[in-house]
Amino acid sequence: MITTVDAKGLSCPQPVLMTLDGIKKADENEILILVDTDTSKENVSRAAKSQGWQVKEVLEEGGGYRITISREG
Amino acid sequence: MEHAEDAGVYQLTEDLAIVLSLDFFTPIVDDPYTFGQIAATNSLSDIYAMGGVPITAMNIICFPIKTMDISILQEVLRGGLDKMREAGVPLVGGHSVEDNEFKYGLSVTGTIHPQKIIYNKGARAGDKLILTKPLGTGIINTALKGGLADENSVAEAISCMSSLNKKAAELMTKVEVNACTDVTGFGLLGHACEMIKGEDVGMILYSSNIPILPGTEDYAMMGLIPAGTIRNRDYSLHMIRRSAGVTDERLLILFDAQTSGGLLISVPALQSQSLLEMLHREGVKEAAIIGEIVAQPKGIIAIT
Repeated sequence: MITTVDAKGLSCPQPVLMTLDGIKKADENEILILVDTDTSKENVSRAAKSQGWQVKEVLEEGGGYRITISREG
Repeated sequence: MEHAEDAGVYQLTEDLAIVLSLDFFTPIVDDPYTFGQIAATNSLSDIYAMGGVPITAMNIICFPIKTMDISILQEVLRGGLDKMREAGVPLVGGHSVEDNEFKYGLSVTGTIHPQKIIYNKGARAGDKLILTKPLGTGIINTALKGGLADENSVAEAISCMSSLNKKAAELMTKVEVNACTDVTGFGLLGHACEMIKGEDVGMILYSSNIPILPGTEDYAMMGLIPAGTIRNRDYSLHMIRRSAGVTDERLLILFDAQTSGGLLISVPALQSQSLLEMLHREGVKEAAIIGEIVAQPKGIIAIT
């Protein structure tokens, strides 16, 4: 199962901190991050890119977003 | 006042008006004394932005007396009072209420000559734009909240937020300034948009001349951007044209919601260099010419 970071209901910078933490600990090549604001979507995508990961997919779901990030290359 | 200004003005006589402002917010730094200094500096700024001279201040306090130690409040008030002393403004009273969340600020009264009020509108084509403090306090505060800010960035941000706009205000009243506003919650670009909205002018900003606090770019790249900053961008983006070299992150820094930011001054080109030199000489070291006012295109800010 893919590692999931649930940052719904949290305000900045918490979703970013959880994403950075998830990336640091990740064994697998993909992480799913759940957020519920546009701000978090944008900031989490930036956080992933800053660590050399890429945003693979963003799905809208129930007023929030399911963001899949993956290791580059 | 017909448009959003930094403070209210009420004319008393032919040559005297009072300028009134109040501002208060929740703590943004851990150290109570520092927070007091920043909150007082921020509250006084609205008077300075209009070219006024603050004469009295009153404390506004919301404090959770049941859950927070009173010594914290005492330190905040000491920080505020020290800033008021530095500004030469006596504290004449105040009011406190019990609240679940701590908030502090000032209500400030100042004076100004009714013919010498500096509004945020009135910038003319040919003016140069001077910004007196670096940007990035919103982003650095977010990094600080996340435990990711380095000491140097935090120290520089605190020094920026607790520097009075007093000197800058005094100096700009010595030359013929066409418009001024202080850069706070809407960010540099939000306040700059306000300056030209509905006016017969546009603006060019030189991105590489804009002073930015150390670390701000790195934190922006990591996604440590306050929600308010992103809201500012989404609200005013339709007025912005940027050249290819201006990155998404740089744009966000220019929209970054500032606490106790500097003055954005629109001054005729002929006097801009002498004002800048005076600012530097008097200790407003980060002041820089960051752009100009143009006739065309109207209502647009072009960032180069």
